[in-house]
Amino acid sequence: MSESERKDSPEQAQFRSQCQAWLANNHPGKPPVTIPQGALELSDPDAMQWLQQWQKAAYDAGMIGCDYPVEVGGGGKEGHQGIANQEMQRAKTPYLPNIIGMGMAAPTIFFHAQEDVKAELLPKLLSGEHIWCQGFSEPGAGSDLANQQTFAEKDGDNWIINGHKVWTSLAHFADWMILLCRTDKSDKYNGLSYFVVPIKSALGKGVKVQPLIKMTGQTGFNEVLFENLVIPDRYRLDAVGAGWKVAMTTLAHERGAGPLVTPASGGMATEGETGVSVSSVGSLIDLARSHQRLGKTAADDPVLRDEIIKLMIRRESIQQNNRRSAVAELTDHPMRIPLQSKLVSTEFNQDLAEVAYRVEGAASTLNRNDPNAPAGGQWPLAYMNSFGVTIAAGANEVQRNILGERVLGLPKSK
Amino acid sequence: MAEQPKNFGFGEDEVMLRDSARKFLSDHCSSDTLHRMVASDFNLDRPNDCVWDQALWQQIVDLGWTAVCVPEAAGGIGMPAVAAIALAEEVGRTAFPSPLIATLSATFVLNACDSAAATDALTAIAGGKATALALTNAEGEWDSAATDVRVDADGRLEGLAAFVQDARKCAQFIVSARSDAGVGLYLVSAAADGLTLTPDSVIDLTRDQARLTFKQVDAIELAAPGTGSAAIDAALPGLLSLVAADMVGAGEWLLQTTVEYAKTRVQFDRPLGFFQAVKHPLVNVMLQIDNAKSLTYHAACAIDHEPAEALRLARMAKSEASDMAVFSSSRAVQFHGGIGFTWECYVHLFFKRQMHSQVLYGDAKYQRALLADLIMGKAA
Repeated sequence: MSESERKDSPEQAQFRSQCQAWLANNHPGKPPVTIPQGALELSDPDAMQWLQQWQKAAYDAGMIGCDYPVEVGGGGKEGHQGIANQEMQRAKTPYLPNIIGMGMAAPTIFFHAQEDVKAELLPKLLSGEHIWCQGFSEPGAGSDLANQQTFAEKDGDNWIINGHKVWTSLAHFADWMILLCRTDKSDKYNGLSYFVVPIKSALGKGVKVQPLIKMTGQTGFNEVLFENLVIPDRYRLDAVGAGWKVAMTTLAHERGAGPLVTPASGGMATEGETGVSVSSVGSLIDLARSHQRLGKTAADDPVLRDEIIKLMIRRESIQQNNRRSAVAELTDHPMRIPLQSKLVSTEFNQDLAEVAYRVEGAASTLNRNDPNAPAGGQWPLAYMNSFGVTIAAGANEVQRNILGERVLGLPKSK
Repeated sequence: MAEQPKNFGFGEDEVMLRDSARKFLSDHCSSDTLHRMVASDFNLDRPNDCVWDQALWQQIVDLGWTAVCVPEAAGGIGMPAVAAIALAEEVGRTAFPSPLIATLSATFVLNACDSAAATDALTAIAGGKATALALTNAEGEWDSAATDVRVDADGRLEGLAAFVQDARKCAQFIVSARSDAGVGLYLVSAAADGLTLTPDSVIDLTRDQARLTFKQVDAIELAAPGTGSAAIDAALPGLLSLVAADMVGAGEWLLQTTVEYAKTRVQFDRPLGFFQAVKHPLVNVMLQIDNAKSLTYHAACAIDHEPAEALRLARMAKSEASDMAVFSSSRAVQFHGGIGFTWECYVHLFFKRQMHSQVLYGDAKYQRALLADLIMGKAA
């Protein structure tokens, strides 16, 4: 029995066995198409469709949105999502494709939308039938997120939106977007408002989605152009001018520091048959055992051994920090560990992939389409892709500012 | 797999002990008091002082801190290992000069010995008898089988033990000694005939350290020949965790002190902490302290709940804490600027304590080399 199982309430224990029973019979099996390392790299519609079917099945089985109220399509429980996540991960199921919807849009809608909008949007968001994307970044608003130029103008009961969003992951599949934009040009922070916007139904009618190509050659993110898109006022979240406050709810959840647990599945090997998990130190050790260095295996090289164990210690630290963060008596400041979450996990994955591709030595030069690329070329790819997340969701330099200012109380760097 | 409690074993009693220790030590050992006590003299040729507040030690004994991990059957309180670790963190936070960490370390070793003599020694510790470990040879090898002391057929000790921590503050020593049957553990009074204590001149002003030479010294056997190394190894997770916790506490003092300085010291019309060249490394210090702290609690909790995992977890904690000790102390001196380089500034007291702690029982890379052997198997 695991540590978390031991502290299950009777109701939670029953839910856990329900999840286990369902997963034992309903694992979707091997995907018929190639599934990339993460949902944000999805570009093949068949892969997306297969993953959406998986999310729908898991939703129908009660494992997604468990902690949301029944009226908005949830399970009406408390403290159940974490259990479902553990069981899905243990069963090595595929990841869930509506990652931005569940991780960012859902909690924001839940805390800030009017009741009928919650009931309208959340069921299909949680089931994965509607894919969501996030319209925050702009050409002139990256780390300086409040410098929004996309403008929403009030027109009776509607808003007319014009502007340009960039780095918009999943927009090419998205039905809906969470949108931060400007409604008042005279006030940087209090001049922002927050909307939910149906973009797929408006394609060619005020919305244009164009792919941006990542440094890896993969698509997956986009730019989104708005030209006189009209949306009803009921799709505004919270007050006009309260957009920054609403965006903080989104960002807290995006950075793993929000009150609602994001549904998460995973553990299934991706990208064909390689069986490589690019976030696992165990995979790195296996890799080191199968590559030569200085006349021995790389796993026998003292310098690499030191680097590998260092990574293992960091991985253990992340887990133990999360555990300690839940014990109020053992933390000096309630946000001290939650605000580290995004920073440390993205840098860990980056450094892990960096050590791993070096272990491959000369063969790490081979691109993933080369038949001789070790591990299907996954490690160099993971290393390149890791920069997506050390930059996104507030570059890690911004995260360090936030920690320095909010937790250590240092003066603001602006 | 064995299980750990979610709260690392920090129940109400352990939290209360930690909070009262924090208050007691901040009341009685402010940095100002400490500096006046141990750093009043900066002459390198000064005698090897061993300055500490013995009246305060008696209060600590009365508070029961030496008894926390002594079993109830031996007259102690019988708290879990995290209680000792919580105390060590508070000792580090004030760089408090005392034989407490030495004595808590001795407790872990005695708890791993199975003899009436060990139980008696534990009872004495619960009553406040300061005790140090003399387990290290002249080469400073952190190996439970390495000792330069021999025990003869009559049970008398001959040889030397080096790098004995807080030796002059302690009334007795636990000594590892070899005979043909292997390493055993022995209890020796500081006043024993034939025992000579030669103080080391150490950089860390908050500790003392000494070399013990034994000439036909009478000793009480705690662990029979051939069982001593196993007892030391069993205690090692505790010893590593105590030093790691000390470094965590000292690291937090260095961080908070440097943050305060960065808020108030103005250059280029701005407080230093405005500049990201200062702010971001301070955040990195915080990240590393949190890692070391969580790993240390995890290791300490394993001593009681997952003993088979404890050594692996304690080496992880010691590794991370040692790296953190170097980084937290180097950033503290650097960001204090010119004043940070002076004797007058309190930072060097903690800087030197971190220098000392990081090498005790092996530095970070030493721990990782052993972890690699443990986890990946020995290198070819």
